[in-house]
Amino acid sequence: MQINVSINGKKAAYEIDNNEFLADTLRRHGMLSIRKGCNTSNCGLCTVWIDGKPVLSCSLLAIKADGKSITTIEGVQHQAEEFARILVEGGADQCGFCSPGFIMTVLAMKNELKNPSEEDIIHYLTGNLCRCTGYMGQLRAVKKYMGVE
Amino acid sequence: MFTMISLVQPATLDEAYDVLMKSKNNTILGGCGYLRMGSKRISTGIELTKLNLNYISEKDGFVEIGAYATLRDLETSPILNKHFNGVIEKAVAGIIGVQFRSMVTAGATVFSKYGFSDPLTALLALDCDVELFKGGRMPLEDFLSRPFEKDILVRILLKSNGRKAVYKNFRNAASDYSILNVSVSRLDDDFRIVAGARPSTARIAKKASALISGKFLQSPPDEALISEAAKLAQEELNFGTNMRGTKEYREELCRVLVKRAIEEVLECK
Repeated sequence: MQINVSINGKKAAYEIDNNEFLADTLRRHGMLSIRKGCNTSNCGLCTVWIDGKPVLSCSLLAIKADGKSITTIEGVQHQAEEFARILVEGGADQCGFCSPGFIMTVLAMKNELKNPSEEDIIHYLTGNLCRCTGYMGQLRAVKKYMGVE
Repeated sequence: MFTMISLVQPATLDEAYDVLMKSKNNTILGGCGYLRMGSKRISTGIELTKLNLNYISEKDGFVEIGAYATLRDLETSPILNKHFNGVIEKAVAGIIGVQFRSMVTAGATVFSKYGFSDPLTALLALDCDVELFKGGRMPLEDFLSRPFEKDILVRILLKSNGRKAVYKNFRNAASDYSILNVSVSRLDDDFRIVAGARPSTARIAKKASALISGKFLQSPPDEALISEAAKLAQEELNFGTNMRGTKEYREELCRVLVKRAIEEVLECK
């Protein structure tokens, strides 16, 4: 069957299988920033936005995206770069495998929460599990990006 | 991995129900958060997006939650947050992460009667009805005690009667499943004590609830009575062992969490 979506602001029609999850559809169409890390709907590496809300694309049936607006990190390069710069300056970036999903969640948080407390930030990021440079370094960078040092 | 031979998005509930009943392996799809982890064999998956069941509204003295409202919708709903001491938000906030909660649905959590469910425990402590397409409207407690029957859960209704509730849980780690969860609600002098993830489905501790109901309106809270109610809840409910905790461990948790929840709900204004 076919789904019609807006992908990073451009209209697209994708041919999908019944059993297909959105992460596979998007990877097949060149969005290789999307990684599947855990296979158990836990790690958050596959995070994309559907109508601006972060979801796990590895667990979302592709048909559920029909008629929706999808945003991947390829569509928010400017903001992603701004945050990535802060991450790197803080020494909070390592292999980068989990970065796209992590950054998509941080950017969604920036859009959704105004002036969050440290507790709010930790709560929002609980669904992103890979933190290979250490938890504190990333949290410092996120707080700096959110402007709540 | 699961298999699904065909997939439909019906435009009406009648149509969805017809497809559901056509074959034994036809299944209503919720948020599908668990689909990838199982090996379910589905003939026709019935996806309900086109029925517009993703809403939370308030009318005629009830808060209505459509079956396709996500757990994240419940968490951030201004309507739900101003009722029931915000207990629904607290009950869903610990589930996996924001992204997961933005996909999985209230209706599927309730209809599946998941033993580990956090929101089910809080809903059962409130005056909650569920509306099934074929089975009609009934109290959540009745629904939970019925044997499984194919149907479509359309909406969840919470009486907005000023009942205040508290939610407590114990997890080994943030975002893990609850080893035990407890909710205690109070409407004037009527108390309801519920425990879930026992690890079986949430249940009301009737005797313990009766013991403290009608006692605290005139006189100040009696600590010995609260402890007695917590012990009674531990005794009257049955607990089991699974990979997350033993029966004995859950019994101890129940007593402690119920006591704390009663003390806290007494402070709710």
